[in-house]
Amino acid sequence: MLEFDLRSSRGSFHLEVECRLAADWTVIFGPSGAGKSTLLRLLAGLDRNPGTNRRTNAVQGTVSLDGRILTDTARRVWTKAGRRRTALVAQQPSLFPHLGVEANVAYGLSGLDRAICATRVAEMLELVDAANLVKRRPQDLSGGQAQRVALARALAPGPRLLLLDEPFSALDGTASDALVDRLKVWLRTNGIQTVLATHDATDAFSTGAEVALLREGRLVAQGPATDVLQNERERIALRLMTP
Amino acid sequence: MDWQALILTLRLATVTTAILLVIAVPLAALLVLGRSRWLAALESLAALPLVLPPTVLGFFLLVLLGPRTAVGRTITALLGHPLAFSFTGLVVGSVIYSLPFAVQPLVAGFASIQPALVDAARLLGAGSTRVVFSLFVPLARRSLVAAAVLSFLHTVGEFGVVLMLGGDIPGATRTLSIVLYNQVESFDYAAATRTSAILMAFSLLALGAIYLTGQVRGGRRA
Repeated sequence: MLEFDLRSSRGSFHLEVECRLAADWTVIFGPSGAGKSTLLRLLAGLDRNPGTNRRTNAVQGTVSLDGRILTDTARRVWTKAGRRRTALVAQQPSLFPHLGVEANVAYGLSGLDRAICATRVAEMLELVDAANLVKRRPQDLSGGQAQRVALARALAPGPRLLLLDEPFSALDGTASDALVDRLKVWLRTNGIQTVLATHDATDAFSTGAEVALLREGRLVAQGPATDVLQNERERIALRLMTP
Repeated sequence: MDWQALILTLRLATVTTAILLVIAVPLAALLVLGRSRWLAALESLAALPLVLPPTVLGFFLLVLLGPRTAVGRTITALLGHPLAFSFTGLVVGSVIYSLPFAVQPLVAGFASIQPALVDAARLLGAGSTRVVFSLFVPLARRSLVAAAVLSFLHTVGEFGVVLMLGGDIPGATRTLSIVLYNQVESFDYAAATRTSAILMAFSLLALGAIYLTGQVRGGRRA
């Protein structure tokens, strides 16, 4: 269970969201600029470091995962990004360019026995259908391949929460659907809660998930995809027809 | 040719460069990754030797490390001799004087690394030390080479700080720049030309090495 109550300001943009996400797979749906990426970064523990420059830290609120407080700015609690058991895969895969695919996926497994690490890397690459890329360099990968490797890298350390920021945009439709289907089963089996941010209504519908609708930094609706997106469609249609 | 001065100069430059890299890598990383408002003051302080006349810096250090200050008296008590007019004193002066030549290329190199890579490393559990040594150093290796070469060359060519802080003691503080100054002062232009040629050769070889590294790596990226 992911719960958050966050307020953040950056320039003229203000994010103010309070939400409780219990579903295995939740889609945060909203247009570009609605604050989806900002929200995911705050949930991941990026963008703020308490105790340093408080003037520029315009973030307030709480985040908890399965009852564990990750952020509570009033009590000056801010768990570091790497200690939240939270993974974030963004639209840009950001693979480490000087490391091969294998070393990229193993980056978050430091401290593990080499054999266990190799097994885990192989397992993760297999999951995202990228086992054949293990010896490749990031520069030699297509956008879709790099995105799969980034996903494997994020999942390798065994997160409890997976945040996906439009990560399937580089994959073609069929490959994306197959990957998402396989991924959803694996994530559910392994008890990993997933939050997918997208501006693509097709993604929201196709995953058949709980949807939270984000507009101009505010959470305006939450519920089954069919209900939330139908209402949104009617709202847009009404606005277009109104002179 | 004053071989003793040449060897001393190379020794001074090597030791200074090694110390500078040890100091400059974490300092540059702090300046790039840190968020404290005090970092601007720290960066200014690290850049100060760029604009401070070397003789002024040398004079300050001479006074600071001399018997008139508590710092100087403590160091003398610890080492058994004053730092001024010694090789160790020259190393201290050279490290301070050449600090911006090590820090600035590294700051530029580290700052050019995509923040998304740092975020990815942090999300995977990397602390600042791991971010520096697993991302910054390998990705900004050309900046590291530039910092080392510039620090080395700057130390080889320094004069004001050396003269103020070290004087002209053969085998201890007489570097090639001091030898050149002595040769010119005694109108021995032939010897001065040879010494100058050696100093210039150092510069050309080292700069050539920097640009060659860039070409071999196939681009201008850090």
